[in-house]
This record gives sequence, C-alpha cells and structure tokens, in this order.
Amino acid sequence: MDVLLILALALLLAWPLGAYMTGIFSGQKHWSDKVFAPVEKGIFKILGINASAGMNWKSYGIAFLISNLVLGVIAFLLLMFQHVLPMNPDGIGPLSWDLALHTAVSFLTNTNQQHYSGQAQLSYLSQGFVIVTLQFVTPAMGLAVCLAVLRGLMGGRNVKDAEEGEERDLGNYYQDTVRAVLRLMLPLAAVVALLLASQGVPSTYQASPTVPVVEQGQASVDQLTEQKIPLGPVAAMVAIKQLGTNGGGWYGPNSANPLENPTPVANAIETIALVLIPIAIVFMAGGLLRQRGFARMSLAVMGFLSLFCVGAAIYSEQQPNAAFSGLAEQAGNMEGKEVRFGTDLSALWATLTTQTSNGSVNAMHDSLNPVAALVTRSGMLINAIWGGIGCGFVNFIVYVWIAVFIAGLMIGRTPEIFGRKLEKTEISWLGVLLVLPSAVILTFTAITVAIPAITGNSNPGLHGIAQVFYEYTSAFANNGSGFEGLGDNTPWWNISCVIVLLLGRYLPLVIPLVIAGLLAKKRQIPFSNGTLPLHNLTFGVTLVTVILILNFLSFLPSMVLGPIGEALELTSIAGDLK
Amino acid sequence: MSNALAQASVQAFVKLQPQQAIKSPVMLVVWVGTVLALGMTANSVINGKDYGFELASSLILFFTLWFANFAEAIAEARGRGQAASLKATRRDLTAQLLRESEEPIAVSASQLKAGDKVLVEAGQFVPADGEIILGVATINESALTGESAPVLREAGTDHSGVIAGTKVLNGTITVLVTAEAGHSFLDKMISLVEGTNRQKTPNELALTVLLAALTLVFLIAVATLPAMAAFVGIELDLLMLIALVVCLIPTTIAGLLPAIGIAGMNRALAANVVAKSGKAVEVAGDIDTLLLDKTGTITFGDRQATAFFALPGVAQSELVRGAVLCSVQDPTPEGKSVVRLAQEQGAAAENLPDNAQFIPFSAQTRLSGVQLDSGEHWVKGAADAVKKWAQSRGLAVPNNLDPIVTKVAQQGATPLVVANQQRILGVIQLSDVIKPGVAERFAELRALGVRTIMVTGDNPITAGAIAAAAGVDDFVAEARPEDKLALIRREQALGRLVAMVGDGTNDAPALAQADVGLAMNSGTQAAKEAGNMVDLDSDPTKLLAVVEVGKQLLITRGALTTFSLANDVAKYFVIVPAVFAAAMPGIAALNFMQLPDPKMAVLSALIFNALIIPALIPLALKGVKIRAISAEKLLRNNMLIFGLGGVLLPFAAIKLIDILLNWMF
Repeated sequence: MDVLLILALALLLAWPLGAYMTGIFSGQKHWSDKVFAPVEKGIFKILGINASAGMNWKSYGIAFLISNLVLGVIAFLLLMFQHVLPMNPDGIGPLSWDLALHTAVSFLTNTNQQHYSGQAQLSYLSQGFVIVTLQFVTPAMGLAVCLAVLRGLMGGRNVKDAEEGEERDLGNYYQDTVRAVLRLMLPLAAVVALLLASQGVPSTYQASPTVPVVEQGQASVDQLTEQKIPLGPVAAMVAIKQLGTNGGGWYGPNSANPLENPTPVANAIETIALVLIPIAIVFMAGGLLRQRGFARMSLAVMGFLSLFCVGAAIYSEQQPNAAFSGLAEQAGNMEGKEVRFGTDLSALWATLTTQTSNGSVNAMHDSLNPVAALVTRSGMLINAIWGGIGCGFVNFIVYVWIAVFIAGLMIGRTPEIFGRKLEKTEISWLGVLLVLPSAVILTFTAITVAIPAITGNSNPGLHGIAQVFYEYTSAFANNGSGFEGLGDNTPWWNISCVIVLLLGRYLPLVIPLVIAGLLAKKRQIPFSNGTLPLHNLTFGVTLVTVILILNFLSFLPSMVLGPIGEALELTSIAGDLK
Repeated sequence: MSNALAQASVQAFVKLQPQQAIKSPVMLVVWVGTVLALGMTANSVINGKDYGFELASSLILFFTLWFANFAEAIAEARGRGQAASLKATRRDLTAQLLRESEEPIAVSASQLKAGDKVLVEAGQFVPADGEIILGVATINESALTGESAPVLREAGTDHSGVIAGTKVLNGTITVLVTAEAGHSFLDKMISLVEGTNRQKTPNELALTVLLAALTLVFLIAVATLPAMAAFVGIELDLLMLIALVVCLIPTTIAGLLPAIGIAGMNRALAANVVAKSGKAVEVAGDIDTLLLDKTGTITFGDRQATAFFALPGVAQSELVRGAVLCSVQDPTPEGKSVVRLAQEQGAAAENLPDNAQFIPFSAQTRLSGVQLDSGEHWVKGAADAVKKWAQSRGLAVPNNLDPIVTKVAQQGATPLVVANQQRILGVIQLSDVIKPGVAERFAELRALGVRTIMVTGDNPITAGAIAAAAGVDDFVAEARPEDKLALIRREQALGRLVAMVGDGTNDAPALAQADVGLAMNSGTQAAKEAGNMVDLDSDPTKLLAVVEVGKQLLITRGALTTFSLANDVAKYFVIVPAVFAAAMPGIAALNFMQLPDPKMAVLSALIFNALIIPALIPLALKGVKIRAISAEKLLRNNMLIFGLGGVLLPFAAIKLIDILLNWMF
C-alpha cells in the first residue's frame, strides 16, 4: 500500500514539475526569468560566455566534453591534495592516486560509485566541493545533452528558416546547464533538504562529536568505550544525492544509515526524490517536442516496465531466504535490510535506484534474493526505465530509434522518426551503441574473473561472478550502487572502473547527440496515413519487445553464470534440504 | 525452372568461396564456424575419438551456408531467366548506317556509336535504342512488352523513342542512336536483374549494418563465456559455443537479404517496369504524393456519351433517334459512342437513306449533322452553336435548355445539343469516362498514406468533377507542362517524396525533379533519360504497382528481421541449458521443452536454423503480401505474424525435430 502511495505521489509531483521544466527550457519567456535571469547573466559574465548563441551538435558536444574535462581535473586535484587544503577538521589524509582518479571520474560521470568509504576518507572540502558540486552539476549536464537531442529531433531551434542539410541550432550548452542547476536542481534540493532536516537528518559543519558507545563492556567491544559520530551538512547532500540520480551518500552505508534516512517519512521523501526528475523529464519531453502522444507512450512503456520490476522484486523479497529454507524463519528475506523498512520498501528502493541510475541504497543489494537481484541488474542494463537525469531519456530515445527502424521497415517505408529518416549513417552510430554495453561489461567481467587474484571477491562461485558483473554493470550504467562484499579499492578495480565509467557516460550521451544533429538537418516528411504512429499501443508493445529482447539476447548467457545460475542452485539446494 | 534450380544449386557452391562469403558479416561468422567445426571433426577422426556430433554439426553448418547462397542464386537465376528473354531481342542485329550524303552501309549493330544515324525500313528490326528524327512508323514491341498491338512512333512528337530489337511493321524511319550496344538502359537493367552489378540499396545497407552490430553483440556474449565459466570451474564445449553463436546471429534474414533485393527488382521487371537502380524501386515505397495526368491515367482520354436529356415536351425516343441520325456517319469517337449508348438503351438501329447527306464538323459551324431528301435536318453541336443555328432558322430556344446545359457542364461533362429543322430536342451528355477500378486503387493508396494529385488541362469545373468521381486528393486544373515542375517542387518543399509519370520532352524536367520519375517507353528519349524508371507497356497506372513493389521490398526485410530475432528466444532455451547441462544440473529447470539429450537438442536447433532459410525462400521471392491498411494495423499484423509467430514457431519446430532425431538415433 505504502509502495503504491509513494509511486502515485511521485507521478503526481512529476507532472507539474515537467510542465515547469518545459517552461524554463523552451526558450520562451517564463515567470522564473524574474528571479533567475539576473543571476544567470552575472554567471555568464564572470565565465565570459555568450549564452544566447546557438550551438550545432559539434559545438554542443565539444562544450559538453571540455567542461567535463575541466571539472574532472579540478576534482582530481582537490581529492589528491585534500590533506593540505582547508576545511579538514578531522585531519583526514590524502587518497591514493588511483582512488582519487576513480572518485573524481565516478562523481563526474554522475555515477557516484564509491570505492572510498564516505565520511571516513573525505574532508569537508572534498565532500562539499568535489562531491556535492558535481552532484549538482553533472545531472544538469546530462539534462543539457538530453535537451539538445530533443531539439535535434524537431529539427533544431532554427527549424523554420534553415535549409535542408544546414547545421541546426540545438541550443546553448552553458545556458542549459546553468539553468538546470539554478532553476531546477538548487530549488528542489533546498526543498527536499529542509524536509529531510525536519525528519532529523544532520545539517552542520561542526567536527564529529564523540560519545560513549551504547553497549558498554561487551566482549567484542570491550576495548572501545567511546566513538566518534561523523556529522556534516548531510541533509543537503542526501537531497541532491537522491534528486540528481547521484547516489553517493554521506555515510558509507548510504540511506541504510539511520542518520541519512531516519524515519518512514524520510524514506518516502527520499524514494520519491529518486524518480521525481527522471519521470518529470518524460513530461518535459512531451512539452518540448510538442508530442504529447509520444510522451504518453513513453510514460506507459517506462511505467509498465518499472511497475513490473517493482512487483517482481517485492514478491522476490517476500520469499524467505533460500539459505534458511526449512528452518524456523519463514518471513521475507531480511538479510541486509533495515528492520525499519522491511522487505517491500527495500525492494521498491532497490528497483527504482537501479532503474534511475541513482545507485543510493537503503538495503544491501548483495543480499537480495535472486529474482530481485535480476531485477536490479535488468534496471541497470536497460538503463532507460526513467534512467539517469537526461541520459535515461536519451537511452530511451536510442531504443525508440532501433524500434522505429525495425517497425518502419515492417510498414514498408524508410524508417523515420518525427518525419526524419533513419539511414545508414545513423544506424551505424546506433550499431556502436548497440554493441557498447556487452562489449564493455562482458569483456571487463571476463578479464577480471579470468585473473581471480585481482577480483577481491568475498564470495566464490557464481556469486563471485555476479559481484564482478554487478560492479561493471553499475559502473557502465553510471548507477553507482554496489553489490558490496567486493574489495574494490585496488588499482585494478579503480582503473578498470574509470574506463568503464567514462565509456558508459560519454559515448551514450555524445553518440545520440551526433545522431540527433544528423537527423535534424534532414528534410521533414509530413505525417500521413502511411507514417508509423509512435503514440499508440502497437508501437508501445513493439518498443517493450525490442528493449527486452535486445537485453535478453545480449546478457542471458552471462546471467546464467550469475544470478540465474545462483537462483537455480539455491532452489535445488532448498529442494535437497527438504 | 528445374534448369534454374540446378543452375542455382551449382552457384550456391561457387558462392562458398571466402571472397564471396566475406560480403555478409553474418554469414562470414557461419563460414568461420563451419571451418572450425570441420577442423574439430578431423581432429576427432585422427585421434580415433567419437566424431558423430562434430560431423553432424559441421554438415548442418555447411548447409546453413549453402541454403543462404542458394536463396541468392535462385533469385539471380530467375532474374537471368527474365533478362534472357529481353536479351534475345537484340542478337545479331544489322544496321543501315547513314553517313553524310552517302548510301546507307550495312554494319553490325554492335559497331554503332551514340550519335550515329541509321535507316530502318518496314520489316527490319531497330538495331539500337534511339530516337526517330525523320519519318513515322508502326512498330511491334511485343518482344519487349508482350503486347502484340503495334504502336505508332513519329519524329518530332512525344512518341519518338524506339528500342533495339523491336520490329518496324510499316514506314521508313531515320533513327538517331542514343545508346551504344551494351550501354542502353535495358542492358543496365539486365545486369541489375542478374545480380552481377547489384548495388545494395540504402535501406539494405542500413539493415546490414544493424545485423552486423547484432552479430558482434552475440559474438561478445558467447566469447566471454569460457572465462566466466572457468572461474567456477566449468569447461565449456567449443562446438556447443559455435552452435550457440550461429543460432543467435541473424542468419535467417542475412541469408535471405540478397534474395529479397533481387526479387524486388524482378517483381518490378515482371510488371514490365525497367528501373535504372534498385534504389529507385526502394524509394517508390516511400512516395507520399503521386502526380497523375488525368488523360490516359485516370480517364480513358476520349469523351463518351453517357446520357440523353430530352427537353420537356420532347419524347426521349425522338431525342435518341435524332442523336443517332446525326452520329451514324460521324467517324469521331464521340459520334460512335452516341450510337453505342443509344443501342445500349434499346434504341432501334437506324439505317440512313442512301441519299442522306452527312454534314461533318467544321471549325466554323462547330456542329455536325445530316440532311435527308425528305427535308429532315438533324444537327448536334456545342450549345451556343446550335442556338445560333436555330435562331438563324427562326426556331425558338426553349427557356429550359440552359439549365440542362449548365447542369451537365457542372458535372464535368460536355453538353451537346441536338436539334432538327423544327425544334431543339435535348442534350447529349459526353463524359470523360474514368477507368474502372481507379477510384478503388486511389482509396488503397490513401490508406497507405499516399496522396494523389490529378493534373489536367481542363477547366476547374470539369477537373473538379472528375477529381471527385475518381477520388483523388487534389487536382490542378488548366495546368501547363511547367506547372508540373512547380508542383513537384512545392510538394518536395513540404517534405514529401513525389512520383510522376511522363512521356513528353517537356515532361523531362519534372521527371528529373521527381523522386520517382516513371517514363513511358513510348515517350521521347529526353523523358526516358530524365526518369529513373521506364514502363515498357507505357501504362501510366503502372506507377501504383511500382509503389507497392517498393513497399513490399521493405516490409519483407523488416518482417524477416523481426522473425529472425524473435527466433532467438526459443533457441536460447534450447542451447543454453544444453551448454551448461553437464556442469550445472540445476540448469535443467530452464530446459522446459524437455529435450532429453543436450547434443541432440543443439543439433535440433541447428537444423531448424538451417532449414528455416529454404523454408522462407518462397516468401523472400514473392514478398510479404501487402494490404491497403493503415501503418498501425500493418505493424500490428506483422508483429503478430512475424514477431509473436517468430517466438512460438521454433519452440514447436525444434521440439518436433528433436523427437525425430531421438527416434532415429
């Protein structure tokens, strides 16, 4: 019941938010100009940027990549030298170079995969400036690319007076990014942070207080009489971690930690914040494309897949842990879960956080039952059920392009989307995107397990493969959640994940931008009876089929050596025990 | 046909050469798999191990390749068959070459150059493609078109083109050679049909890229398995992995892709349409707007009597009798149609007295009629002409004549008024008769999203009436030839792809501008050069057939791609349990098809994978049937048949093959 309530609330809030986003990104006058336009002007003046100039796909893409490079270098240097920089009251030491690189890239790619352990290894400067800044800016950058792709689909901002074959204006990257931060991320994060603070999430810059341990004199802790409780501006960071599909928490255990996620209300707020902007983007796309039908179809496809996965995960977690089969415990699988949240809310969070490329957790995914483990992994592999901010909808468009190509042939016309033809050049780029996930995830998984010494597995056997597979999937999908139990702070893990993170972030954003730029230039064919309609059930079903079959075909064999095999083993063990 | 089959079987072996196999990335993977499997078979034989499974797999893989090649070869063979009959027309032709002020000299047609002039007399064959620059002739083009009725070709008209191999029946013409032997558009077409010179069409290229990407995905998915399996101490059988790859990569569509393309060209040729490239045929499927000349395409082109309207107080029979009397000796098609209509309506045949004097139509009087010795005088003509005639004889013009005349004109028909020496009798309605079935055809096209625009020189009222009756979406009246070009540009500026039919030299710019320009074979050389297709039958309605051929081409590719991918689901559930059966007993849960033996299961999947190719060859050659329904319904139907069907069929088929195999061995 509370699951449905949370989902309904998310949808209800996303609707007006999507309308607001349409308003601020449509290029027309908007009421928010009064508040923000002067601030934006000031920022552009300081940065020396002409934010009104239009950019074609090349300049847009270059601006995106260069701004990322600059931010990445700054973040890396700050992390490397945090011990000599200010705002380090607890005197935390430097990170190793590979860990610093991994951390910088991980936050730069909106992934927030953490090979460091949150509060213990980062100074307030690192947390506040590297982590939180990137958590605000990177989703805005993803959203900017998404906006450019959407504009490309409609022929660019200069569609009315440009000739066929002329480069199109896909917007201004800096304006889009700054607007997304100022008018979207900051206000929303402020609201969510206040709400969370009201629930007791810490919000301070004081050094960690020291308190006596709760259970004095126990055998295991008899040496220990007091502990430090790390604090900080936690509420603000948790707000943006949830909203910006970031996922990197203040504390190592993320939102399973009572300080990050203290109450049921806080948990509901954080769950809604997970999916709020990704759902709103679908509404926004409908508004910007002026294709409400297409947006409805997208919402239906994503909603169907999302609900189906949520249902499967909840059902799975309500089943007892197979290891306890035949023993006393017959309740749901509570291993790795907070008793406060129980199976349903943990499964809901796990499903949504993997679908949205967020990666924050309120339960340990390593301990999920196999079906739920499969669901979390599917969410990341598909990476377009809501998806990360901006990149999720871009990925969705990529699936739409593939479905349009196959469906277009089946109705006897050169495949076209919104009147623009998908031809060999576009399909070649799509081909790269098609091969990329399996090429990256499977190759790195295979290399890593081929050399067991470097895996740092906590588990042997199929679960070991599952851990490795999950880590790379999470990195490629820019999700950031971990299966845990992996000793992942090693040069191999840090560097290989950096490569996977970069490939998983930039190619899936830049290639669609290229395709959109190429499409935008083409002649637009008016809608007729012979046009493939994208807003009805038939296409929706086709699209779902394409999404499922492509991923099923790409990853089934390796899944057999991971969660599927595990599930089969567990069921047969359970059978034997009985 | 059996000859063609034998030929194709041999060709299928020839195409096994590596330099041929490399053309399709998908089939190349099968090719490499086959070689590996053969190597493993040899290895087992040498080491004295059991080699049954290896040998069987190798053979099935080999036949997968061979079937794919066979599909292409059979399509080529059929194309060659069609081309051969065209080629037969141009063997051993001799020409009478004309040089400056010299007698013609006889040379072989193969020595002719473009720009030469040749003399062709009655009974001779036209030696090369060209244009009549002097004279007029009737020509039998049956060798080319199958149509036995001779056609008239004349210098300086829109019907001046002649084709090599056609026979001049009477008349003497001088022909300017426009294409050397071996370079005429027909020669190009023949090589296109035979597949020797085939260029992949744009959509085919795009699809090939997509299939290559999918193949790479599957290769990676399988190639990474051994390392993962080794981590948990499982050793995987290489042959099983090869089988897995071959079953997953889209061999069905990749194997049939060339055949589909060639067959599309063949279908166009079977409709007697010569396309200058495969691309042109494919583009035809994308056409949004058809530009059609009214005359000859939508209507028969001659006006025919369709009704008699007697004035009040005049007996219908009297009007009909008068109309017949003044038309019996009228040689024009209009006149004949009046007599025919009267007979259809049951009027008695009228025999004119011998001394009846026929008054032929003249530009001055604009009426025709007959004068009898008895003093009877009957005329028919345009309303104002007859009125003038009547007034000059002091006859009254009834008030209710004009409303009838106006009503007929408003329906797009031409009114002819009939009168005799005593009074005005009534009106004959002459209509431009719309060809039967045209309206239905346009409705089908509309369902497929193709707009039709009628172009005519008629006045807007007449044009509007015919447009409404024929069911075209739009019309342009009082059009001049240059208006067509403007119209095409306007439609294209709106993003539409336009097709048109033309034959005259002044159609050439529009034919060149149109995305699909279908030139009539009877048309001028300029028109034929400008268009990207030529209709040998010179039948303008052929454009509709071409659109369907183009759509069919794409639908067939899309449907078989979907089918091929959908098949993979079932194959996974057969092969994956088999691959892991030995190492992971729990995997049996995935083997819900209950295939008892892993090796047999893999062989069954491979056999299905191979046999589905020849099973689908007829569909690839004939094309998926196209029906006039909206895009959404079309997609739904094809998804149900080829998508859902593609998922379900292999489950049943593989189970069946497996039962057979287990029963046999």
